[in-house]
Amino acid sequence: MKIHEYQAKEILRQYGVATPQGVACFSVDEAVNAAKQLGGDIWAVKAQIYAGGRGKGGGVKVAKSLDEVRQRAGEILGMRLVTHQTGPEGRIVHRLFIEQGVKIDKEYYAGMVVDRRQQRVCLMASSEGGMDIEKVAAETPDKIHKIFIDPVAGLTPQQAEEVARKVGIPAVCVPQAITLLQGLYRAFDETDASLLEINPLGLVNGGQVMALDAKMNFDDNALYRHSDIVALRDLDEEDPVEIEAAKHELSYIPLDGNIGCLVNGAGLAMATMDIIKLYGGNPANFLDVGGGATAEKVTEAFKLMLRNPKLQAILVNIFGGIMKCDVIAQGVVAAAREVQLTVPLVVRLEGTNVDLGKQILADSGLPIISATDMADAAQKAVNAAKTKPSSCGCQN
Amino acid sequence: MSILINRNSRVITQGITGKTGQFHTRMCRDYAFGKECFVAGVNPRKPGEDFEGIPVFATVQEAKQQTGANVSVIYVPPPFAAAAIDEAVEAGLDLVICITEGIPVRDMIRTRYNMQGKKTKLIGPNCPGIITPDELKIGIMPGYIHKKGRIGVVSRSGTLTYEAVAQLMALGLGQSTCIGIGGDPVNGLKHLDVMQLFNDDDETDAVLMVGEIGGSDEEDCARWIKDNMRKPVAGFIAGVTAPPGKRMGHAGAIISGGKGTAQEKLDVMESCGIKVTRNPAEMGKLLKSVL
Repeated sequence: MKIHEYQAKEILRQYGVATPQGVACFSVDEAVNAAKQLGGDIWAVKAQIYAGGRGKGGGVKVAKSLDEVRQRAGEILGMRLVTHQTGPEGRIVHRLFIEQGVKIDKEYYAGMVVDRRQQRVCLMASSEGGMDIEKVAAETPDKIHKIFIDPVAGLTPQQAEEVARKVGIPAVCVPQAITLLQGLYRAFDETDASLLEINPLGLVNGGQVMALDAKMNFDDNALYRHSDIVALRDLDEEDPVEIEAAKHELSYIPLDGNIGCLVNGAGLAMATMDIIKLYGGNPANFLDVGGGATAEKVTEAFKLMLRNPKLQAILVNIFGGIMKCDVIAQGVVAAAREVQLTVPLVVRLEGTNVDLGKQILADSGLPIISATDMADAAQKAVNAAKTKPSSCGCQN
Repeated sequence: MSILINRNSRVITQGITGKTGQFHTRMCRDYAFGKECFVAGVNPRKPGEDFEGIPVFATVQEAKQQTGANVSVIYVPPPFAAAAIDEAVEAGLDLVICITEGIPVRDMIRTRYNMQGKKTKLIGPNCPGIITPDELKIGIMPGYIHKKGRIGVVSRSGTLTYEAVAQLMALGLGQSTCIGIGGDPVNGLKHLDVMQLFNDDDETDAVLMVGEIGGSDEEDCARWIKDNMRKPVAGFIAGVTAPPGKRMGHAGAIISGGKGTAQEKLDVMESCGIKVTRNPAEMGKLLKSVL
């Protein structure tokens, strides 16, 4: 799960991480009032969307008067902000963050992720702040310093100091940096974060170390113990199809192609997408119905796929283990009837009770194209999608 | 010999009184030598009871002492699963298989930290388990699709492993042991660890290695294979078509910062001399071709 910058900063402040003062706003008037309340004579007007790269996309502006705050807020609020992370369709800006301006002397980078090989949280820091860190990692990897954090001891003052010195934070500011970095780790650990990024970490106002931006993602598997974080969720920022899928405990990710796939198991679902591509087609989605798919779940899965106007064929690929093929076949038949399916449907069943399952499909009277194995299924689905006229094939 | 488990293993089910634990304990007990192998269950609130004749103990330690068990399988819900692993490690079992999906990464980091220097090996979490065909099945895979033979299978997923096994079976190739190491980012045995075991196993002639996007396990394993493996290996990586930054079902299946792509893994595997296929329908055929 993701949250906005202003929410991340609010969490981080609770852990002693210094940030500029700021106020979240939902209208231009609120933005002007916020600037007044914050005081000073320079403010940052920042679009709040989940994607990064907001500055380059025109979603972050400096304002030097209240009139300018009004003008900038008006421009940004409601704009379609396109960044390298939003895709070409961009995101509509619904929220602003008005922040007190600071004088930036130097920008650094600090980030935390779980390192899979070390099986520990890794603190990464760099002197190259404000830039795309993946680019820094690719071009000048020696400018990124990494520390792996012992889960029992936490980030020690010695480790934090070492990192602060390596990235070139001035000696006089190192104690501040230690407090900030240790605060970041405690926040990461205690909130079950999966990613924490401060880019830039600023040396500002002639000697203060502050988080000027903040990005936090959280481990979905740990949300059950963080109701306060779940409450921060902004559904405007999430794909409605993925939200709907999650309600039915389906793992669904929309893709660009025209062949919908319904598969049990994440690995097999990816392999099914791959084989569609290999035979010259394009998958319309990733969809894992999981180990305990019921007829209802299969029906919901069909409905999700049929929301896609580009859909030209559906490929169901099930390896029945604990989940029996006859149960899945009944689900597929019920779903195809309920949604009045008009795109070609290719079904490949294998595993437990496969013959029973195939019989149910054959007896249904529905024009289901049966496939013997994955290759056969992919070929049939690709052909079916090609022959299907290009208008929307669903009556959902 | 097979690897990690055989008919002489003695198994404790942690979470035996839950619906999932009961269902799968029954299926495993009914497979091959399962009746002799599944000797105990654990539930701290129900010691002294039994599940269809399998005695339930309060702790793993007690179950081990009373039955001589050396392996456990875990079906307890995600909030308590990491502590269940810790308990099995503390009791000094040889092997723990954690089927549970959805354990917070933070819990697993601590559990893996606690396992340092301990003898216990961990398979999973978020995995289908392990099977030595015609001897012992510990996990949720359908037993009947397997047959004893000389091919080792290691994979990060469930149904894709079954698919691989079915393809081997269609070509008449049985398996020595099949292991699903799980789809989580922080887990126990990696491809590399399992590959080392297969390399030293007299009853394994070749290995089918199935991977997916995310992390760099497969690359680490490939580099080891290049310098050390004495047996042929064939491989497939799922997710060539997966978009970056999206979690593909498994918590660990994500391409992040341009790293962990299927293409990169396939390239490294090929450069290490491993035969790979881009076609998931040809995993069995490819393996047969390297024998």
